[in-house]
Amino acid sequence: MSHSKITLTRRGLLASAAGAALSAPMVNRAWAADPVTINMLAWYGHAEPDVVEEFEAENNVKFVPKYYAGGDNMLALIAQSPPGTYDIILSDAEFVQQLNAAGYIEEMDASLFPFDDFYSAYQKFPGHWTDDQLWSVMVRFGLLGVSYNTDALTAEEAMSYNAFWNPKVTGKVGHFDWHLPNMGQMSLLMGNRNPSPFDISEDAWEAVQEKTLSLKPQVGGYFDYGGTFSSLKNGEMLAMCGIGDWITGVLQKDGAPVASVIPQEGGIQFTESYSIGKGSTKQELVNKFIQYMLSPRGQLRSIQMAAYPALSPTKSGWKAIQEANPAEAERSGLIEGHAQSPIRLLEEQRVFFRDIPQQQSLEDWNDFWSEYKTA
Amino acid sequence: MAKKTSLYEYAWRLPLILWQGLFFVGPLLLMVAMSFWLVRNYRMEPDFVFNNWDRMLSRDYFWNAYFVTFWRATLAAILASVLAFPASFALAFRASDTVRRWAVFFLIVPFFTSYLVRIYAWQVLLAESGPLNAIIGFLGLGPFTMLNSGFGAMVGYMTLVLPLVVILQTFSLAAIDKSLIEAARNLGANPRETLLRVIVPAAKVGLIIGFVFAFILSFGDFVSPFYLGGSNPPTLSILIVDTTKSGQQWPRAAVVAVMMIATLFVVAFAAVAAAYRKRS
Repeated sequence: MSHSKITLTRRGLLASAAGAALSAPMVNRAWAADPVTINMLAWYGHAEPDVVEEFEAENNVKFVPKYYAGGDNMLALIAQSPPGTYDIILSDAEFVQQLNAAGYIEEMDASLFPFDDFYSAYQKFPGHWTDDQLWSVMVRFGLLGVSYNTDALTAEEAMSYNAFWNPKVTGKVGHFDWHLPNMGQMSLLMGNRNPSPFDISEDAWEAVQEKTLSLKPQVGGYFDYGGTFSSLKNGEMLAMCGIGDWITGVLQKDGAPVASVIPQEGGIQFTESYSIGKGSTKQELVNKFIQYMLSPRGQLRSIQMAAYPALSPTKSGWKAIQEANPAEAERSGLIEGHAQSPIRLLEEQRVFFRDIPQQQSLEDWNDFWSEYKTA
Repeated sequence: MAKKTSLYEYAWRLPLILWQGLFFVGPLLLMVAMSFWLVRNYRMEPDFVFNNWDRMLSRDYFWNAYFVTFWRATLAAILASVLAFPASFALAFRASDTVRRWAVFFLIVPFFTSYLVRIYAWQVLLAESGPLNAIIGFLGLGPFTMLNSGFGAMVGYMTLVLPLVVILQTFSLAAIDKSLIEAARNLGANPRETLLRVIVPAAKVGLIIGFVFAFILSFGDFVSPFYLGGSNPPTLSILIVDTTKSGQQWPRAAVVAVMMIATLFVVAFAAVAAAYRKRS
């Protein structure tokens, strides 16, 4: 048996080093190919690192976001872009039907998503299905009620939308500047619960307008996303219509004395859902991302999203937050039987899905909102 | 005999004409045309219908916003002109050349920083929990609501226009022939008569131009009424944003914009006519 003796000469060492150096770029290129770009159309925050960095690293993808503000803005951006521009679209649930009607989204394969893990109320979310065809998958939601400064109002006082007329907040009531959530809340105050605060007769609509106009002397301003945050944080506004924990939850973490409750008249639920953009060539990856976001890992990130927190529609999402962050689970009511549990509120008919007006046009509601602002 | 303009002279004028044509007249015509277009399925489609004009001009909220904007801009122009005048007078007639140069420099400095940043600073200063109310609190008064009010918006307008009005007034006053003032005094005019019958008429053009600039800038401003006025009530510039957000109604927003431009043209031409009108 012969032994071949390996001797490391200087020439050999240099040759090996040179070979390794020359082949390294090839190895690196194969190992770390350029990430696949996924174009996302979404509300602000959904493609930020706190949400997507883990998925990006695991799948060698890179999200390129285009953020919008409002469903109209989203529809316009899609309408003005060629098919295939956006691979994944996050929209408010009430706009999914319009996305579908305009042919902006692809049909989805329901068998890919864990609907068994969803609470039953969310398994067949209105507008997301046509018969058994799936067009959008709900990924998170939040509740809108009375948001208030806890130094100015007590929790008991805030348990009715009449809190906005409380003399203690005269001139200090703010509006999030979008008619749908504000008018939905006013509609609830006027007792329009059946079938929905957004499905009201002309007489009921007149009454809602009259009641809303009576709030005008209390109003201190109308604010966008940033203005809503700052005016509540610096105490300029002591109560805010049209928002909920998605704003006050962030401010609470900063130590601001604010809170949100679902009042006795009921609250409005906003719902955010993912769809696949028409003509996307990356549907497989997008499906994988939606699966990730619906997994306990993804739901944890969604619930605690830095831009604005939200609630989970899945049982495993609730379990995950209870284990990972019990305080947050308690604060946001993601515990079965909790007084502010969204499932309990839904079952008690104290929460209604936000919708577009059913008996009036969106334009009618928007026109009134403009009139109200200048009244 | 009229001098014939040479090709060389035309060549020097061409860039300005091209610039104005491309970046002012062109977009203006497009905007006027757009006001007759329609929006279908969130897309603008060229058309020639009067729906947008009919809709916007028949709505109370448009006229409410129009009169609020006009009133606030007028008030801002008057306020800026009145507040600026004593300072401009002192700089023009009392200050040395060196002091005047430094003063003008310091009046230009605010324009080095973003207007938006300055308005954010005012948000902090005017807040109920802000430094101004803290100082007022030491005097046993307040707190006063200054933010999200007409007062807040006016503070913003002054931030935008006051330095400019002072500069325009100062240059205008400093250019007055001093011998006219001396002559008025030699002829027995008291200081008040000299001011009202000699100085103000002689500086009329500059004073009116300052007023018009203050009006124009305030009339079209979005930042102050939004961030310091709390959009309560909305002005025309806020209405434009609201209109584009809702249903992507750019043609209706174009109607508002055309009405704003028409108003500014009327005000500017009236002011210029007043400025250059011969004294009877």
